[in-house]
Amino acid sequence: MQTRKKYIFLTFLASWLLLFLFGGDQLRRFSFFSGRKAEARRNWPRWTDRSLLKSFADAEELPRDGDPSLLSPRERRAAWLSVYAQSRCRMETCFDFSRCEKHGFKVFTYPQERGQPVSETYGKILSSLERSRYHTANPEEACLFVLSIDTLDRDHLSGQYVRNVDEKIRSFPLWNGGRNHLIFNLYSGTWPDYAGDLGFDIGQAILAKASFDTASFRPGFDISIPLFSKEHPQRGGDRGWLYQDSVPPRKKYLLVFKGKRYLTGIGSGTRNALHHIHNGKDIISLTTCKHGKDWEKHKDTRCDKDNIDYERFDYQELLHNSTFCIVPRGRRLGSFRFLEALQAACIPVLLSDGWELPFAEAIDWGKAAVVGSERLLLQIPSAVRCIHPERVLAFQQQTQFLWDAYFSSVDKIVHTTLEIIKDRLSPHRSRSRFLWNALPGGLLVLPDFSTHLGDFPFYYLQHGYSPSRKFTAFIRAVSQAGSLSQPILRLIQAVSGSQYCAQIVVLWSCEKPPPPSGKWPQTTVPLTIIQGRRQFSDRFFPFEAIQTDAVLSLDEDTSLSTSEVDFAFSVWRSFPERIVGFPTQSHFWDPEQGRWGYTSRWTNELSIVLTAAAFYHRYYHSLFTEYLPAGLRELVDGLAACEDILMNVLVAAVTKLPPIKVTQRKQHKELAAQHAECRDGAAGTPPPGQRSPSAPHSAPAEVKGTAGSRRFSQRQDCLNQLADWFGYMPLVSSQMRLDPVLFKDQVSVLRKKYPSLER
Amino acid sequence: IMCASAKYNTRGPALIPRMKTKHRIYYITLFSIVLLGLIATGMFQFWPHSIESSSDWTVEKRSVHDVPVVKLPADSPIPERGDLSCRMHTCFDVYRCGINPKNKIKVYIYSLKKYVDEYGTSVSNTISREYNELLTAISDSEFYTDDVNRACLFVPSIDVLNQNALRIKETAQALAQLSRWDRGTNHLLFNMLPGGPPDYNTALDVPRDRALLAGGGFSTWTYRQGYDVSIPVYSPLSGEVDLPERGPGPRRYFILSSQMALHPEYRLELEALQAENGESVLILDKCTNLSDGVPAVRKRCYKNQVFDYPQVLQESTFCVVLRGARLGQAVLSDVLQAGCVPVIIADSYILPFSEVLDWKRASVVIPEEKMPEMYSILQSIPQRQIEEMQRQARWFWEAYFRSMKAIALATLQIINDRIYPYAAISYEEWNDPPAVKWSSVSNPLFLPLIPPQSQGFTAVVLTYDRVESLFRVITEVSKVPSLSKLLVVWNNQNKNPPEDSLWPKIRVPLKVVRTAENKLSNRFFPYDEIETEAVLAIDDDIIMLTSDELQFGYEVWREFPDRLVGYPGRLHLWDHEMNKWKYESEWTNEVSMVLTGAAFYHKYFNYLYTYKMPGDIKNWVDAHMNCEDIAMNFLVANVTGKSVIKVTPRKKFKCPECTAIDGLSLDQTHMVERSECINKFASVFGTMPLKVVEHRADPVLYKDDFPEKLKSFPNIGSL
Repeated sequence: MQTRKKYIFLTFLASWLLLFLFGGDQLRRFSFFSGRKAEARRNWPRWTDRSLLKSFADAEELPRDGDPSLLSPRERRAAWLSVYAQSRCRMETCFDFSRCEKHGFKVFTYPQERGQPVSETYGKILSSLERSRYHTANPEEACLFVLSIDTLDRDHLSGQYVRNVDEKIRSFPLWNGGRNHLIFNLYSGTWPDYAGDLGFDIGQAILAKASFDTASFRPGFDISIPLFSKEHPQRGGDRGWLYQDSVPPRKKYLLVFKGKRYLTGIGSGTRNALHHIHNGKDIISLTTCKHGKDWEKHKDTRCDKDNIDYERFDYQELLHNSTFCIVPRGRRLGSFRFLEALQAACIPVLLSDGWELPFAEAIDWGKAAVVGSERLLLQIPSAVRCIHPERVLAFQQQTQFLWDAYFSSVDKIVHTTLEIIKDRLSPHRSRSRFLWNALPGGLLVLPDFSTHLGDFPFYYLQHGYSPSRKFTAFIRAVSQAGSLSQPILRLIQAVSGSQYCAQIVVLWSCEKPPPPSGKWPQTTVPLTIIQGRRQFSDRFFPFEAIQTDAVLSLDEDTSLSTSEVDFAFSVWRSFPERIVGFPTQSHFWDPEQGRWGYTSRWTNELSIVLTAAAFYHRYYHSLFTEYLPAGLRELVDGLAACEDILMNVLVAAVTKLPPIKVTQRKQHKELAAQHAECRDGAAGTPPPGQRSPSAPHSAPAEVKGTAGSRRFSQRQDCLNQLADWFGYMPLVSSQMRLDPVLFKDQVSVLRKKYPSLER
Repeated sequence: IMCASAKYNTRGPALIPRMKTKHRIYYITLFSIVLLGLIATGMFQFWPHSIESSSDWTVEKRSVHDVPVVKLPADSPIPERGDLSCRMHTCFDVYRCGINPKNKIKVYIYSLKKYVDEYGTSVSNTISREYNELLTAISDSEFYTDDVNRACLFVPSIDVLNQNALRIKETAQALAQLSRWDRGTNHLLFNMLPGGPPDYNTALDVPRDRALLAGGGFSTWTYRQGYDVSIPVYSPLSGEVDLPERGPGPRRYFILSSQMALHPEYRLELEALQAENGESVLILDKCTNLSDGVPAVRKRCYKNQVFDYPQVLQESTFCVVLRGARLGQAVLSDVLQAGCVPVIIADSYILPFSEVLDWKRASVVIPEEKMPEMYSILQSIPQRQIEEMQRQARWFWEAYFRSMKAIALATLQIINDRIYPYAAISYEEWNDPPAVKWSSVSNPLFLPLIPPQSQGFTAVVLTYDRVESLFRVITEVSKVPSLSKLLVVWNNQNKNPPEDSLWPKIRVPLKVVRTAENKLSNRFFPYDEIETEAVLAIDDDIIMLTSDELQFGYEVWREFPDRLVGYPGRLHLWDHEMNKWKYESEWTNEVSMVLTGAAFYHKYFNYLYTYKMPGDIKNWVDAHMNCEDIAMNFLVANVTGKSVIKVTPRKKFKCPECTAIDGLSLDQTHMVERSECINKFASVFGTMPLKVVEHRADPVLYKDDFPEKLKSFPNIGSL
């Protein structure tokens, strides 16, 4: 046995060797003789005289590119205006920047004319514009104009089609050839070619249109918007369907499609081929021929079988359970399917050649979708199969971020459109592509605040920054006493004792002027006094004086110790995008009353940190004052004790995360003398004891006196109004509190860094 | 279909069957044959090649002047002018590229010819130095193919970099007679200086039909978005002058203009700026009285002062790049090289590689109308941002401007990304300078999600043979409300797990996985049986944790699903005497790690630990039978940039009842070993990713003066 094997082995060996010798020789000869033929099969030659080659432009030519005899720049720009108009419009030729200089970026919507009803969707767009912080009622101030004529549906077979638009707009004195106008459109053209024709002359107006094709899109001028249904919510909007990051991220199906198969006409090329990739297992591609009235006329042999298969699967079920969703063109380039897939975290596989993707000027779709080619449909299954799970996981999360940031409501779609236009007006004060495509998204990042990423609370980790090592203590004083009260003096002492305190800023919100500088305590850090406007929203105004990333917001009657401040600051540095503070409250859904409830009782949860003692990033002052529309701030100024809820709601809406509570010293309830408030009780300033962290467990029901219960109901009202305005309840609850590592442990006090917190 | 990279092995550590000796010899024989075969084939491959290259040796030693001459008849066809409506889906034949596992397009270069007209006058310079460099770079790259039939993209060797150096009609005729021209489909032309007097078109005037154009100086009207590629105008100074990167810090001038042939109108505006703002603005011009032999391109003058160019650019914070007759200017490259932030004033200019590069991070674009406001606009930019823009500008030059090779490869990569979008290079890879790539993290679980509580967690118990203790752990853990499954990883190959009937009866499914080898890393394997996001890793002797404590740990993990959430915390310290890291288990005020004897984390990290652990850490841990928890702490901190969350006061895992304290006690050797692990891991990671914090998480009402029965988690243990 053994020897036989040995022989076999040796024979093999010998034959290999022979093969190698002869074969090698053969091959060598072959290549030698085919030397001529091999000439074409080689790399680019290394020319012997390559170092002697002349440069493509001689040394003098490059820097002297300029010909003084040319048209002067001014003349050239003037000439452009007439050459590059209409279909060749660009911002520099068709948009009047000077209109935006004096009053900034203001948007005017034409008043609605009587007997001129607009569709529900256009109504939503108009009301989004009116809800925007850029809205103005004065056309003189306006930089951008939006018509009150419904231009969404320009399919002249449609019932919503408005006739004689040309005549109407020509009669508008503000029209001005469409300059600085923005026109929204969802459907254009009609059977059979669904061309981009709007049926009226838009002139020099910017077109914000769904299903934009790259050929008619004027880059840097027009805006491609997504197609959305008339049920699309005005504000808030449903959240995405991804609740968890599954590992592995694959779902039941790999790739799905369920939709119409066009037998003829535009778009049928792709729709007619989709059924080929159906494998009945992980790739489900279902088509039906049933659409239109006369589908049976064009019906082919597949139709009947396909129609049966089609009914076997539910579209929603497929959306929920697939990793990738095919989003092919329909008759038009865009489809509802696109947003549906995005919301469902079903990664869109786009098969719509020549579609200018929604907001592509800002959004990097390569991070959230697979941009396929209609011509390579049959390669799609293998291509998506090969996408690495890590990438799939990132894709899924990005779909959810984009959905939530730019698409989930009409408000967001319209506001994104406006921000993109605003960014063009001053390129140096605009969002980089990074800002648009990273959490929390472009709408929540104000380039007017800063264009440097390190100035925002969101990008520390992504760019290797860290938040500043110092904070600004920002104390709001409302007491009327001519001299400074004891609590504020103690507070200033405690805060200035922190090694991380850079400065103290006192916002003096009283009618009486602040005490002269001599009366203020001597501190090691600079102390600035700002005279406030005596409005509740004032305390979140982005004052120039605040120079550090971190703000420690305080009420004058807050009682804190230096080590509490130190510890809370060290926690904030770990969570710079959140509110980190001491006394907390929480919200809950009250099913009986069908509204949001609010409680300041001791609970096992928290969702609101009182800004009477809290750290947060100074950027939130800017967001509060500049991002929120004026109406919301007026609401807060009208309702007492609402501004801190709004701040919490705002931060939660931005971060989607709960605030953080840190431990606070237990104190005896301070029976501070009732300060005479500089506002009377009717304005609703709370009695100081209630707001101070020293008495967190005074339950509202137990509060004696009308001021307390009024305040409580006002806060509840406020919560509900804010939830209504945002369209959902942004607050998120947390069940934890952060304590020092050795907090209340049975360890020697000498070991502990923050022993005084335990008293 | 083979996926090149999709490796997601979900099967557990496989049991390797013992080979029977009988079969062994077969295997060995087979193996040797295959090996021999491989060697032989390898030599086949190798041998003829060396011969081929030696036969080409004479060919290689050719001069550009020896290339074949092609005569173009006067009536030879001219391609159509460029089609402005061309896009990838209309004018590009994508079928030529096919699907390939590497997702790389194949590029073919036509061989060099010299084109003459009927009278024998040459059509253009045969080839310029730069175009030769560009073609050499393509030929050396992995995009290159010498097989015209396999090519997806064709690059003519006809040099059209500079339109002024060629005859337009004849060049077009030369293009049209290329063997695969086919209306220019899938052909790529490189042009840097387009147009000519008097109107200076912003794209190459040579009729080129459907060919793609990589052009320097496109305007928004000539650039076919998603089809053409905007490239820089190469500055020969890039190769000649070595300007070391200048660090951050104040520079002498705020704004500098170095261009020589500015339109008088622009120069007036710049001079007005200078008059307003004094010496911080420097407007240079060409020198009029240079002695002979000094190259004029390397000097600039202001009044009588002479400055070295491009060195002077490093003296300024901002450098103006104004359009000339053309939109693309070579000075942009010099400015970037100097790490000076370009202030680009050229309305409608498509910036180089703008399809992928985020120019807002490296430059300031100012509309021509706003030139008078330039100074105040630039002053409003924060200093920190300026420093980043300087770094970014330099990085753009190094990566995409510095040589014809860089320009060629970036162009091909952009086209490649369009054809294989699902394998495209990301924004970060294109734009982040190495320093940022190094110091930043991209969290794989970046979306702020709070997983639903209902999902629960899977407890993974690693055990060897302590059955009694294991059963107690199982019983204890099963009391936790959110437990959804229990997985026992049986790490003992010599002993079978107890019979089914002996296991404790619990309310959730219990699965036992047997492993092939007694390795610590088995604890972190992404078993298919783990169906929840949350994993609780727990040792078989951790019986002291209360149900409240574990449930609370899970609730905290839900708030921080991308972190390690554990009980006892540990710290790393820098030992100044020994100059290395030290492991600290004392009860300190800080934590940077949690022990994974009981810790919650996302299942994704199991996947990372098993497949993506850097270096040899995984094997090292298995060999040393220690420090798998430190490795996990390093891994998570490194990928998320975040600290661990320590929950509850728990400081140690020693159970009071356990009589025999096994090997891993806190003796001196243990500490030394643990410190060694930290040093080893820090060197493999190349950094110390662990983050030190001073906080731990407790229930909101922990130790508050409040009725215990109203607390959610009343039963939180102590040390």
